[in-house]
Amino acid sequence: MLIKKADKIKPSEITSESVYLNRRRFMQGLAGTAALIAAGSARAIPEYDLDSDLPRYPGPDWLQGLLRASEPNAAFSSQEDLAPYHSVISHNNFYEFGTGKKDPAKNAQNFNTDPWKVEISGEVDKPGVYNLEDIVKPHRLEERIYRLRCVEAWSMVIPWIGLPLSQLLKQVGPNSKAKYVEFTTLQDPQRMPGQRSLFSSLDWPYVEALRIDEAMNPLTLLAVGVYGNALPPQNGAPLRLVVPWKYGFKSIKSIVRIRLLEEMPKVTWNETAPREYGFYANVNPAVNHPRWSQATERRLPSSLFNPNVIDTRMFNGYADEVAHLYAGMDLKKWF
Amino acid sequence: MQSKMLRLLQWWFMFLAALLPLGWISYNAWIFNLGADPAKTIVDFLGQWALHFLWISLALTPLKHLLGWSGLLRYRRMLGLYALFYACLHLLSFATFIVGWRWDLLLQAFTERPYIFVGATALLLMIPLGITSTKGWQRRLKKRWGQLHSLVYLISLLVMVHLIWLIRASYFDAVLYGAILAWMLGYRLYLKRRQLQRRRGTAAAGS
Repeated sequence: MLIKKADKIKPSEITSESVYLNRRRFMQGLAGTAALIAAGSARAIPEYDLDSDLPRYPGPDWLQGLLRASEPNAAFSSQEDLAPYHSVISHNNFYEFGTGKKDPAKNAQNFNTDPWKVEISGEVDKPGVYNLEDIVKPHRLEERIYRLRCVEAWSMVIPWIGLPLSQLLKQVGPNSKAKYVEFTTLQDPQRMPGQRSLFSSLDWPYVEALRIDEAMNPLTLLAVGVYGNALPPQNGAPLRLVVPWKYGFKSIKSIVRIRLLEEMPKVTWNETAPREYGFYANVNPAVNHPRWSQATERRLPSSLFNPNVIDTRMFNGYADEVAHLYAGMDLKKWF
Repeated sequence: MQSKMLRLLQWWFMFLAALLPLGWISYNAWIFNLGADPAKTIVDFLGQWALHFLWISLALTPLKHLLGWSGLLRYRRMLGLYALFYACLHLLSFATFIVGWRWDLLLQAFTERPYIFVGATALLLMIPLGITSTKGWQRRLKKRWGQLHSLVYLISLLVMVHLIWLIRASYFDAVLYGAILAWMLGYRLYLKRRQLQRRRGTAAAGS
């Protein structure tokens, strides 16, 4: 539950009494009509106008109903312009399918993600290998609009569909020793051509992790869909993490294992280049990547007429929700 | 007369062929076919072609010795100038499309980002080579001309460092271009050593 703090409400936002009373009378008159409209609206997620010549990803049968029943969560929304569908599905970093931005959209189309199993193990009461369906079905899916800030200094605004990670974790019951949550992407070189590359700087499988309090934070989302449909394979189907206050590489794709651990696990980018990528990887305009500045970002899609350079915000603009997790920590050291 | 005609045709063919990458990227930008991040695509593409032209111009000497391809050697100046041309476009497109001529960001990029600094240095060093590439300058500088233009080896190494410092997920480009460069420069060292040995040999025979 996101609680808006009192100090965020400006005096100008407070409605004067006369307006309030007028509005109240107006609403009373409308109440009957509103009830009728509410009863008729089956789907609260907007019908996105997706280009008809682009592929859609309806997902497996069991998921379709859940996606249709999903509702936007107003507490996790944004007034910013969404990155268009074609950008979201064609500009991806998913090195298992190639290192070019367009490679995943090209190479992942035949990547079958149904059926899909997820191992949940470690410090939990109910470890096991679960069918994805069985994990997801007990939950109501919600749509959240998040900013995604890539460590390469570009960003997009994306409407995900998923469930809070905390709900899934509660379902399996982490015990008191669980201090970290580790996620692992599928390793299958037969189906993931990038894993056959001789020139990759990464060791497979891809691993990422969160501290347990980060994992339990209401912002942390397990996504199964985007833009009203299931996740396209290039976006991390069938199950991915979305941690909007951290650089995009923390939001691991195509998850096959979730482990709860007592010790901080090794994670892929940090292992590959520890000077460049920290375990935390919180979006932080004050701490530059050794090779480029993180003070600004290019909001995509950009055009040649406007590079769309905007200032990067602390925790990607989610400081109110997550800054307390790092109270007292030197974020220059724990980048 | 006929051979002069043929040469002219060849020259124009080379001149226009070297503009094809620019034409291709411009066309694709025009029809919005460069994806979600056209800026990055254009900058990378132009940089890559600057590198290609530099590498091709460096390959001509070893190719002449190994395969007897000397015809292309006549176009070395043109190819080198195209390397400079694409490198300038690479920098201009970076300043325009990526940083939007925000001087604070631009200054920061040049002073704080080693890979940009190295790339900019390489470009800076190419400019005097471009200016002195004419026959007139060649005559005026005499022996110095060769010395000045051997800066191209340093430039190619700087370009290589620029490329290596850009690596994120794949070593492929660095390995490919690095191996080619190592071969091209190594072959020159080999030629030079053989030349020295021969000179020493003839000197010994003369005594």
